[in-house]
Amino acid sequence: MAEDWQNGGFGLYIHWPWCQSKCPYCDFNSHVAAFIDQDRWAAAYVAEIERMAALTGPRVLNSVFFGGGTPSLMAPETVDAVLTAVRRAWPLANDLEVTLEANPGSVEAGRFRGYAQAGVNRVSMGIQALNNRDLRRLGRLHSVEEARAAFDIARAQFDRVSFDLIYARQDQTLHDWRSELTEALEMAVDHLSMYQLTIEPGTAFGDRFARGGLHGLPDEDISADMYDLTQDLCGEAGLLNYEVSNHARPGAESRHNLVYWRYGDYVGIGPGAHGRVTLDGVKHATEAERIPGKWLENLSIHGKSESWEVLDGTEQALEMLLMGMRLGEGIDPARFAALNGAPLNPNAIDRLTEMGMLKPGPRLIATQQGRVLLNAVLRELVVE
Amino acid sequence: MTDLAHIRNFSIVAHIDHGKSTLADRLIQLTGTVAERDMQEQMLDSMDIERERGITIKANTVRIEYPAQDGETYVLNLIDTPGHVDFAYEVARSMHAVEGSLLVVDATQGVEAQTLANVYTAIAADHEIVPVLNKVDLPAAEPDRVKEQIEDVIGIDSQDACLISAKTGVGIPDVLEAIVKRLPAPKEGDRNAPLKAMLVDSKYDQYLGVICIVRIIDGVLKKGDRIRMMKTGGIYDVDDVGVYRPAMTHVKELGPGEIGYLNASIKQVRDTRVGDTITHEKKPCEKALPGFKPSVPVVFCGLFPVDANDFEDMRDAIEKLALNDASFTFEMETSAALGFGFRCGFLGLLHLEVIRDRLEREYNIELITTAPSVIYHLFTKDGEQRDLHNPADMPDMSTVDHIEEPRIKATIMVPDEFLGDVLKLCQERRGIQMDLTYVGGRAMTVYDLPLNEVVFDFYDRLKSVSRGYASFDYEMIGYREDNLVKMSILVNDEPVDALAMMVHRDRAEMRGRAMCEKLKELIPRHMFKIPIQAAIGGKVIARETLSAMRKDVTAKCYGGDATRKKKLLEKQKAGKKKMRQFGKVEIPQEAFISALKMDG
Ligand SMILES: Nc1nc2c(ncn2[C@@H]2O[C@H](COP(=O)(O)OP(=O)(O)OP(=O)(O)O)[C@@H](O)[C@H]2O)c(=O)[nH]1
Ligand SMILES: C[S@@+](CC[C@H](N)C(=O)[O-])C[C@H]1O[C@@H](n2cnc3c(N)ncnc32)[C@H](O)[C@@H]1O
Ligand code: SF4
Ligand SMILES: [Mg+2]
Repeated sequence: MAEDWQNGGFGLYIHWPWCQSKCPYCDFNSHVAAFIDQDRWAAAYVAEIERMAALTGPRVLNSVFFGGGTPSLMAPETVDAVLTAVRRAWPLANDLEVTLEANPGSVEAGRFRGYAQAGVNRVSMGIQALNNRDLRRLGRLHSVEEARAAFDIARAQFDRVSFDLIYARQDQTLHDWRSELTEALEMAVDHLSMYQLTIEPGTAFGDRFARGGLHGLPDEDISADMYDLTQDLCGEAGLLNYEVSNHARPGAESRHNLVYWRYGDYVGIGPGAHGRVTLDGVKHATEAERIPGKWLENLSIHGKSESWEVLDGTEQALEMLLMGMRLGEGIDPARFAALNGAPLNPNAIDRLTEMGMLKPGPRLIATQQGRVLLNAVLRELVVE
Repeated sequence: MTDLAHIRNFSIVAHIDHGKSTLADRLIQLTGTVAERDMQEQMLDSMDIERERGITIKANTVRIEYPAQDGETYVLNLIDTPGHVDFAYEVARSMHAVEGSLLVVDATQGVEAQTLANVYTAIAADHEIVPVLNKVDLPAAEPDRVKEQIEDVIGIDSQDACLISAKTGVGIPDVLEAIVKRLPAPKEGDRNAPLKAMLVDSKYDQYLGVICIVRIIDGVLKKGDRIRMMKTGGIYDVDDVGVYRPAMTHVKELGPGEIGYLNASIKQVRDTRVGDTITHEKKPCEKALPGFKPSVPVVFCGLFPVDANDFEDMRDAIEKLALNDASFTFEMETSAALGFGFRCGFLGLLHLEVIRDRLEREYNIELITTAPSVIYHLFTKDGEQRDLHNPADMPDMSTVDHIEEPRIKATIMVPDEFLGDVLKLCQERRGIQMDLTYVGGRAMTVYDLPLNEVVFDFYDRLKSVSRGYASFDYEMIGYREDNLVKMSILVNDEPVDALAMMVHRDRAEMRGRAMCEKLKELIPRHMFKIPIQAAIGGKVIARETLSAMRKDVTAKCYGGDATRKKKLLEKQKAGKKKMRQFGKVEIPQEAFISALKMDG
């Protein structure tokens, strides 16, 4: 019998924890350091890849993702060492996707050719805003002009290029966003990620907000209008909203992120990386030490840094549901029932369908309205 | 055992916060009753809730010994009383046990509503009154003006009032001398007559059971005596007698004129009746004392556990609290909206808060409190009369002939500049003015008001329109018919029984609108829009619409976020147990009380 993870495929996530400076909104596991020993990091990643491959055994690998932090601060040699180890570790899918997150500074752009040569075939660029005032407010080091230049270099180098924008920013109006989004759609190739600004606790924005600062954030109604506008304009441009914040031409979706949302297996390597790994039919959640220095140290002393936790069927079903419902394709309720040992509450499904939150049909799919209210929909589905 | 001439029994009475308990501290301290190192502020206020709120809830008795200037040593029994109007019956009851009162008046505030109420009670109890002007250490103190006010308003001679600061200790020796010189000794008392003692109070002690506070009129009470409570008929063997210094201190006997405690293995406070006469079983006294009017609850509300699984624990907790407080009543209640709980009766809103606080804190039970209500008299068309404690029990209007509601006489004292707003407030609350006079720069107005307009937030409103300067006292004056209706609240077209209330027909639209607006703020947005309506019978009189939630989605969710989001959902799953579902709508618990507050 096929194992459940095969519904989503198998991916590898490599976390690079370093950035040039810390953005005020960012709660990713990213740090700033004066000096980075690239060789030591390369060796650590390679050792981890070998160790994990020994655990999983041979499996076809669908994707590799260098995330961060700012992976475009990695030396091309480091990326090359990692990908070389990957090729030795697992059999590769013919259409293996190798994505690297890049910041759009000029320094980074200089390394793009090296990444391509190492095997990277997709770049996701954090452009964040298309006006300089907002870039400054977001604490970004690059300007719009630099970003456009870096983006052009990336396009020349890679077939697949996506970029990220953050919207629903301070003092942004619906009108502002419409014109910025229109510009973005002119730039876009076949994939775009657009995130509404989230004020995360423990960040500089989070602190400012808690103290009553950070004025001019759009209210719920305006953010909802911005979200709707985004879906509409992207749709008209042929970029479908295949996930809550992600838009792509059909076939150009991020295969790596689809592994997460389809609740496949993924190995997570690097400080703070999470993984989901099925061993002997048992699904595990792994979580690595977050602090970069400690992560390296744990590896050299104990040969590993991550914790392992067994996920029972109910937990897996819940994770599968909350990831899968983000997708335009939704989930298969039979898969949920098989994991959970019991189906979802049919009354809740009926209620939500009647309210126009779910599409009628054999798969469980959120309507556009259901998607903007996904947290409430999920609560209704799982909390009886 | 002390002869009558060397005993002085008195109560300390005052408006709230004028410094009774602090004065008691100084009297205890100056007479060396408690070692200096054991002194603490307001030491008689021993309950957590008293200490936290800085108020007295239960009256306390203390015996102190005072070597007076005349060379004799006197035994002084003082009773520190609560100032809040809810506990006025405690003051009245304490006064019955003593011969005189120290009337404390804050020299920065002057005569307030409870000052007056206390004076009237003291006069009715035939007391000698010694006025004491407190807080003279404060720059705002105006002792001369307040003295004048006391003469004008109360009509007692304030020429010899003691000027003190209970805080710094200034003037306390004068108070002690005044007690001995100006308050009378107990009038009568025959040591050889059959035992006749007044049960002044009874309280529950976790370790000792019920402790009775007694005032001996005639005879002698000793450990080992077999006593009879003349009203309740209960017969008990006395395990111990003693006095409070303020710690419980055993004494060999209590004789005429003395105040002390007895412990006789009584199980519940409810088994005793304050005001009862205690005598010896074998050799009873002839005539019982007149007794006190029992305190009756006037404010009712439903208390429900937030988590329905806590119901049994709540029952235990309520029963335990009732052991200690005979003035609150409870009976089981079921609500379609809130499940199982209790309908409880209280002496007033502060009493309600105190009981609710204790349940929540001492017994760790989270509670939903429903709208406070009063007892209505329902007269049905077929000539029957019954009491309505809960608006949810209101029968169909077509079967009701008329309804009577309880009215109070409220006395309010307020500086002239706020009078206009205070009168407006009373008028809005359907008050009928009975009197308006000026005394020493302050207005004193008396209103006949419906209790149901006062139970909820009248006191808060009064304080806020007068910036804290108005004071308020009330007494019940009986029932009167009025045009009262039951107003239901419908949330998403379903009536929420716990939000139903009785209102005057003329005020219904206004209250209904205010309730709907408040609920609209208090109920979180849902996935659908929610109509909130107020209705009388089938007729909607006010309506608001809570619009649907527009956005609730997490922007980023990648490999590392599955764990975080799963934990969040699991937490919500657990939290949901505590939420109350009304049809499809979740109403937060605080809505039940907050919705009733009127701002304007
Ligand atoms: N400055 C000053 N403050 C005082 C004096 N006497 C009492 N207070 C303060 O007034 C407040 C009320 O004092 P309490 O002794 O608790 O008053 P109370 O009359 O027993 O109050 P209730 O029991 O609630 O009616 C406290 O904060 C005291 O510290 C005084 O002589 N001078
Ligand atoms: C790991 S970060 C990107 C990495 C890269 N260092 C960069 O900043 O371009 C992934 C994306 O998440 C988005 N993001 C990060 N924090 C966010 C926040 N608080 N609210 C909304 N989007 C956020 C940004 O668009 C960012 O590009
Ligand atoms: S947003 Fe990107 S560049 Fe900024 S701190 Fe986070 S990971 Fe680093
Ligand atoms: Mg007090």
